[in-house]
Amino acid sequence: MDFSFSEEQTLLRNTIQSFIQDNYDFDKRQAIVKSEEGMKQENWKQFAELGLLGLPFSEEDGGLNFGSVETMIVAEEFGKGLVVEPYIQTVVTCGGFLRRASANIKEKYIPGIISGEDIWAFAYAEPQGRYNLNDLTTTATLDGDNYIINGYKSVVSGGPWANKFIVSVRTAGGQRDSDGISVLIVDKNSEGLSIRDYPTVDGSRASEITFENVSISKDELIGEEGKGAELIELIVDETIAAICSEAIGAMKVLNDATVEYCKTRKQFGQPIGKFQVLQHRMVDMFMQYEQSVSMTYMVNLKLDEEYAERRKAASGAKVQIAKAAKFIGQSAVQLHGGMGMTDELNVGHYFKRLSMIENSYGNIDHHLKKYSTAG
Amino acid sequence: MQLGFKEEDIKFRDEVRSFIKETFTDDMRKTLSLSKNGHAGKDLHVKWQKSLYERGWMAPNWPEQYGGAGFTSTQKYIFESEMAREGAPRTIPFGLSMVAPVIMEFGSQEQKDKFLPDILESNVWWCQGYSEPGSGSDLASLQCKAENKGDHYLVNGTKIWTTMAQYADWIFCLVRTSKTEKPQEGISFLLIDMKSPGIEVRPLITLDNSPEPHQEVNQVFFEDVKVPIENLIGEENKGWTYAKYLLEFERGTAYSPGLYRGIKNLKDIARDTSIGDGLTLLDDNDFLNKINECEIQIQAMEFVELRIFSALSAGQRVGPESSILKTRGTEIGQYLQELAVEAIGYWSHPFVEDTFANVNEPSIGPDYAATITPEYYNGRKTTIYAGSNEIQRNIISKAVLGL
Repeated sequence: MDFSFSEEQTLLRNTIQSFIQDNYDFDKRQAIVKSEEGMKQENWKQFAELGLLGLPFSEEDGGLNFGSVETMIVAEEFGKGLVVEPYIQTVVTCGGFLRRASANIKEKYIPGIISGEDIWAFAYAEPQGRYNLNDLTTTATLDGDNYIINGYKSVVSGGPWANKFIVSVRTAGGQRDSDGISVLIVDKNSEGLSIRDYPTVDGSRASEITFENVSISKDELIGEEGKGAELIELIVDETIAAICSEAIGAMKVLNDATVEYCKTRKQFGQPIGKFQVLQHRMVDMFMQYEQSVSMTYMVNLKLDEEYAERRKAASGAKVQIAKAAKFIGQSAVQLHGGMGMTDELNVGHYFKRLSMIENSYGNIDHHLKKYSTAG
Repeated sequence: MQLGFKEEDIKFRDEVRSFIKETFTDDMRKTLSLSKNGHAGKDLHVKWQKSLYERGWMAPNWPEQYGGAGFTSTQKYIFESEMAREGAPRTIPFGLSMVAPVIMEFGSQEQKDKFLPDILESNVWWCQGYSEPGSGSDLASLQCKAENKGDHYLVNGTKIWTTMAQYADWIFCLVRTSKTEKPQEGISFLLIDMKSPGIEVRPLITLDNSPEPHQEVNQVFFEDVKVPIENLIGEENKGWTYAKYLLEFERGTAYSPGLYRGIKNLKDIARDTSIGDGLTLLDDNDFLNKINECEIQIQAMEFVELRIFSALSAGQRVGPESSILKTRGTEIGQYLQELAVEAIGYWSHPFVEDTFANVNEPSIGPDYAATITPEYYNGRKTTIYAGSNEIQRNIISKAVLGL
């Protein structure tokens, strides 16, 4: 039992911190968000140079062979800077699928991620399915050597920036069956794929994607046909662990900013932080944060456990982080008073990002049910 | 960063488990389950503690020179967790972990020789004389007076919320030895023999309504009680420093193993409770959700504790951050008690005054029901005692957030 970080891990954290300091103060971040592209290619190049894009891949595949703790460190520090570049989507989520794919697929695609050439997004959600990963109406049917994909994917995070997608499709079975789900790689330029891009409220970008007889080679299948559900759930849990890490970074900034503000803001002739009712609110924010940090460590350390243990870890963490995100986000705005309401101050932007994390990959109710049925 | 214990620690855990299996008998479990306030009579606690003493495990936190268990910090954590997980009786803290550390740090050699061995062997029962009717959270305002008469102190006043004073042989007291501008500066730390003439113990019946002698707390009255001068700890008027040292010593209890046990009990009750149509309360998703939400909060507690424990093992100082343990641990504990009352429905109504009494009639409702509501009422104390949770929040606010 040991919760300390190695020297190497601390070095990694310092690297990201200085990247944020140099390239990601709030004004720079807002300039990126408001730019036409909505992300900064130069930053992505820097990620590649720093080796971050190769973090979880094996040395054989050209990566650094780091584990979930290192991913947690990167995501946490990115959370502090409200980084919009789609690191988690590309490296953790899509990278997670590719790491587990056939040698051919690894060879074909992983170098493009590590070099920074390719950006990936995971298209899984459908309007009727809400948070149910298995509720799929997008179909793929084998026609000779090709799959023909038809259907619709919603709110694909980072979609506008991606040139490659990983798509969950139904190759057999009923709409909500766990059997019959497959995972396919689809190039953005595929014929029949149409895309509608838009900004999200937290300063990121997403897409609605329609597939109309999109034809791709059957070599683009990850894993076994019809057996994708388990893999998808695993990758989503790894992604949950990463966004929980991002969330604790954002919470930390909000808590520190709120305490600092209450020490300096004066009303009724004294700093408002002298009022006990505000002190206790900040203590509750602090306790929610500490519990979230603990749950984030837990889920990141339990990703390799057997299913029931992992399920409880991921859903438990997601419930705690979602509750804390809401409480800390709302309280930070409240304690900043009118200033907290302004777009000019960073506080509201952290609140917005935390609110989006709250229901990404399933909200509190969803994960309570998952926790309950984990066994 | 890694989870899991080393092989030798797992071996130790198994030793603790088999000790509990052998020593914590079904009879003891049964007796303890009849309690409305967690205490089950002097005999049971003394018997339990004597078997811990024989095993060498009575004092995990004492230095070995005084007979401490010599545990590593990992072993301490495991020991405490296993005890809580099994619902074993808690060692009574007043001698063992309250007055003993103070005697070790500030007491004279004579005091160490006189008091420490009997505490270790559970020959002498201690109670704590801190709070007074007018001094709760604001402890330093205490009024119980001790006048220095040369060879003795003359003590007059009263102490309240004195847990199990009815069994106590000795009491350690904070007393006022001088009136100073700063109230903290006139306080002394006295050890008083409960058999001294002029001491009266009156039971205070609390919301669990446990009748004598099972009441949890008392008020102790001192009328011209003569206390030999050699029973003063350290220096006169320095008692506040010793009291604060004691509070620091107390930090860092593991709550989560006991709370997990509460979840297990709650699920057992829910499984035993019919909601009609052949279903049980455990099939009711609304109730199940509450259990699960609570269990997730305990998960978070568990990992807060493990982080603190890991920091302690690495030799780091853990400061007021551990106030979070007391605050959240007691809040979750209360919620579990609330859910238990909710689970048993109408069986929360019947009142049994003496749950220990051997009555020949069958119980009203399930046999576990009689203690659940009293435990819920009794549990309200946890956010009040040992520095109310509001005080804990003040501490975190000041010492951690710097407000």
